[in-house]
Amino acid sequence: MEVSGRDHQTRHHTLTMRLFDFNGGVKPDYQKEASTQTPIAVSPTPTFLVIPLHQSIGGTPRPLVSVDDRVLKGQRIGAADASISGDLSSAVHASTSGHVVAVEMRLMPHPSGLSALCVVIAPDGRDEWIERKPFDYRYHTRDETRDYLRDAGVVGLGGAVFPTHLKISSGKEDRLDTLIINGAECEPYITCDDALMKERADAIIQGVAILHDLLAAGQVLIGIEDNKPEAIAAMQAAVRARNPSDMEVIAVPTRYPAGGAKQLIRVLTGIEVPHGKRSTDYGVQCFNVGTAYAIHEAINLGQPLISRIVTVAGNVTTPRNYEVLVGTPMKTLLAQSQRLPDTDCLIMGGPMMGVALPSDEVPVVKATNCILAGSKKLFPPPPPEMPCIRCGECATVCPADLQPFELYWFSRAKIFGKAQEYHLFDCIECGCCSYVCPSHIPLVDYYRFAKSEIWAHESEKESADKARDHYEFRQLREERETQERSARLAAKAATSRTAAMAVPETPATENIPVSATGSATPAALIAAALERARAQQVHPKNTTDLTPAQQAEIAAIEARRTEIRTQAHPHLPLDD
Amino acid sequence: MLAALLVMALGAVILGAALGYAAVRFRVEGDPLTEKIDAILPQTQCGQCGFPGCKPYATAIAKGEADINQCPPGGDEGIRKLADLLGREYKPLSAEHGVEKPKALAVIDEQRCIGCTLCIQACPVDAIVGAAKQMHTVVAVQCTGCELCVPVCPVDCIAMEPIAENITTWKWKYPVVTIKPVTTH
Ligand code: SF4
Ligand code: SF4
Ligand code: SF4
Ligand code: SF4
Repeated sequence: MEVSGRDHQTRHHTLTMRLFDFNGGVKPDYQKEASTQTPIAVSPTPTFLVIPLHQSIGGTPRPLVSVDDRVLKGQRIGAADASISGDLSSAVHASTSGHVVAVEMRLMPHPSGLSALCVVIAPDGRDEWIERKPFDYRYHTRDETRDYLRDAGVVGLGGAVFPTHLKISSGKEDRLDTLIINGAECEPYITCDDALMKERADAIIQGVAILHDLLAAGQVLIGIEDNKPEAIAAMQAAVRARNPSDMEVIAVPTRYPAGGAKQLIRVLTGIEVPHGKRSTDYGVQCFNVGTAYAIHEAINLGQPLISRIVTVAGNVTTPRNYEVLVGTPMKTLLAQSQRLPDTDCLIMGGPMMGVALPSDEVPVVKATNCILAGSKKLFPPPPPEMPCIRCGECATVCPADLQPFELYWFSRAKIFGKAQEYHLFDCIECGCCSYVCPSHIPLVDYYRFAKSEIWAHESEKESADKARDHYEFRQLREERETQERSARLAAKAATSRTAAMAVPETPATENIPVSATGSATPAALIAAALERARAQQVHPKNTTDLTPAQQAEIAAIEARRTEIRTQAHPHLPLDD
Repeated sequence: MLAALLVMALGAVILGAALGYAAVRFRVEGDPLTEKIDAILPQTQCGQCGFPGCKPYATAIAKGEADINQCPPGGDEGIRKLADLLGREYKPLSAEHGVEKPKALAVIDEQRCIGCTLCIQACPVDAIVGAAKQMHTVVAVQCTGCELCVPVCPVDCIAMEPIAENITTWKWKYPVVTIKPVTTH
C-alpha cells in the first residue's frame, strides 16, 4: 500500500499538493459551458408527482400511505423495511404537500422499460412542510445517526444511489485516514455538481464537516476537475470561511473518468486500490458533493432528501440546471428547456455512462444527475461493429487497468467464469474502451450483459442451494418419523406378544430404518397408527367438539395422507 | 413467554443439528461425481425426471442408470453442463419427461383453501405453511415451482404463476449486432 499521498502537512495550500495519476482515460468533448451560463432554476411543481418507492440500491421500501391520504412536504411515504430488505435500503418522501391519488406501477427511468411501484401525488400548491427539526448527531449514537440518515432518504447522489448510512457504519471499526469529497464531475454535459458548488459551497462544506466528524476522518480532500475554476474558488472560499483543520480543496487535471471513485482516490492520495478490494480497506472513503449537501440539509435543517439538482442538456434550446422535486416527470423539465423537435432519444446521465430512457413520462429520481436529449446530429448512430483486431487501444485507456478486449471476448462467448477471472466486476462501465475502439464494438454493452447474467446465475445458485437444504431436511424428518413410527409399533407389538406368550423377543425391525415400512404390512401399520392416534387422545384445540361428519372427514383425510406418504417416497431406501 | 422462547431456541438448536445431520446423512460417501451432478441440477425437486428428487436422479446418472436429458427445469443449459461434466454428447431434452417452462411460483387462492394440509405434504421443500383447517400459504422465496402441490389440492385452489421480470431481476440483453447499411458519401 502506498501512503506517500498522506504525508503532506500543508493546510489550505491548494494546488501545490503533489498529485498522482491514474492510468488510461480519455478526453472527450466536454460540452459543459452551455448549461453553466445561468444559475440554477427552480423547476415548476408539476400536476402530478410520481415518486418511485425503489430509488436506491437495496430492497423496495414499504409504502406508508394509501390513496386519498393527505401528505405534507417531507413526509415519509416509503420506509426502508428491515423485514424485507434489511438495512439495505433508504426511505422516500413526499416532495411537496398534496393528496395521494394512486399507489401503483408506473414506468421507471430505467433502460428495461419496466414499471415499479410508485406513489402518485397531486400537489395542493401549498408546499406545506412537515415539522423540521435539526438532528444533533453529537448527542446521538452512531447507530441512531445511521437510522436517521436512512429515514431521511439520504443516498449517494453521484449516480450510484448507494444508501449513505451504510457508508457511515464502515468507519466504526477503524477510523478513516482520508475522506474524499468528489466534485470532479468528469462526464461530458453534466454540470449539476459544478452549479451546486458555485452557488451553495457553504452548505456543502457544512455537510462535509458532518461527515468528517462522523467518520473521524484524518484529513478531507475535496477533488474538483480544473475545468471548473469558479466552483474551485467558491469551495475554497467556503473552506476558508469555516476554517476547518485538515480540509483541502484540490484541483485535479481534467481527464475522463477522474470522477470515478478509485480514480479520484488514486489522483489525490496515490493509493491504488487493487482489483476486488474496496477503498475502505485502505482507510479511504469517497462521497459526492451533492451527497454532502443532502447530509447538511437532513442533519442541520431536518429536511429529508426530496429534491436534487438536475442538468438538462443536449438537444435543447436552453440547457441549464434545475432544482427539481423528486417525482417530477422529465417532460416538465424538457419543456422548460425547450426540447428541439428532432430529438430522438433521451439519456439519463451523460453520453459515456448514461442509460437510454423508455419515455419522457418517467420521473426524476434521486439518481437523475442529467437528462440528455439526443438527436441523429448530436449523437450519430455508431458505424457497424467490426471484428476485434486486438489492437490494444482499449487496454491503453482503461482506467481500471483491465484488458477490455479479453473481457469482451469472454462476455461475447458467454464464458463468464473467465470474464470474472479477468476482473469483470472491477469494470466501472466508464465507456473509455468503447470510445476508442477502432472497430466500434459496443464493449460496455457486452460487459453489462455479462454482469447481469452472472448475477442471475448467482442468485439461481443460491436458491438452488437453499432448496437442496430444505429438501434434505424434509427427507431427514420423514425418515425419522417413519423410524419412530416403526419403533413404537415394534415396541407395542413386543409388549402385546409379551403379554400373550410371556416370551420376550426383540423385533429385528427396530434398527432397520426406512425399509421397515416396506417389510411390515402397510395395512397393519395404518391400522396401528390410527389406533395409536385414537389412544393418545391428543387433539389440537380447534379439533375438539367435532360433529361425527367432521370427524369422518378428518379420518378420510388422515387415511389419504398416510397413503400419499407411502406413495410419495417409494425410492427412499435407494439412498441407503 | 420465557418458556415459549426456550422452546423456540431449543427448536432452533434441534433444527440446526438436524440440518447438520442431514448434511452428513445424505452425503453420498465416496462419490463426488454424484455431488457434482447434483450441483448442476436445479433442485426444483419436481420428479419429472422419473426420480423422487434431484439427488436420486444425480445418483442414477452417476451409476449410468439414467440419461442426462431428463430434467425439464434444468433445460438445455443444464443438459449442456451435464454433457460437459461427464464428457458425453449433448442431446436435446427428452420429450417424454416434459418441456422447459419459465419459472413459476405456486399461489394459493386463500379464499378457497380448506386447510386440508395435502399440499403441505406434497411440497418437497416445505414451502407451504399452515395448520390443519387453517388457511395455507406459499412462502414465495422457498417455492421451487415444482408443481407437485397443484394436483393434490382437492379444491383446485393452487395456481402456478410465472415469475414476472422486475427492475431488480431484469437482465441486460445480449448486444444485438445490427447490420446497418453503410452510408456512402
Ligand atoms: S480497441 Fe477494439 S479492436 Fe482494439 S483490441 Fe480493444 S476491442 Fe479490440
Ligand atoms: S468500461 Fe470497463 S473495461 Fe472499458 S475502459 Fe471502462 S473500466 Fe475499462
Ligand atoms: S426433473 Fe425435477 S427432480 Fe428431476 S432433476 Fe430436474 S428438477 Fe430435480
Ligand atoms: S409450493 Fe408447490 S410448487 Fe412450490 S415448491 Fe412447494 S409443492 Fe412445489
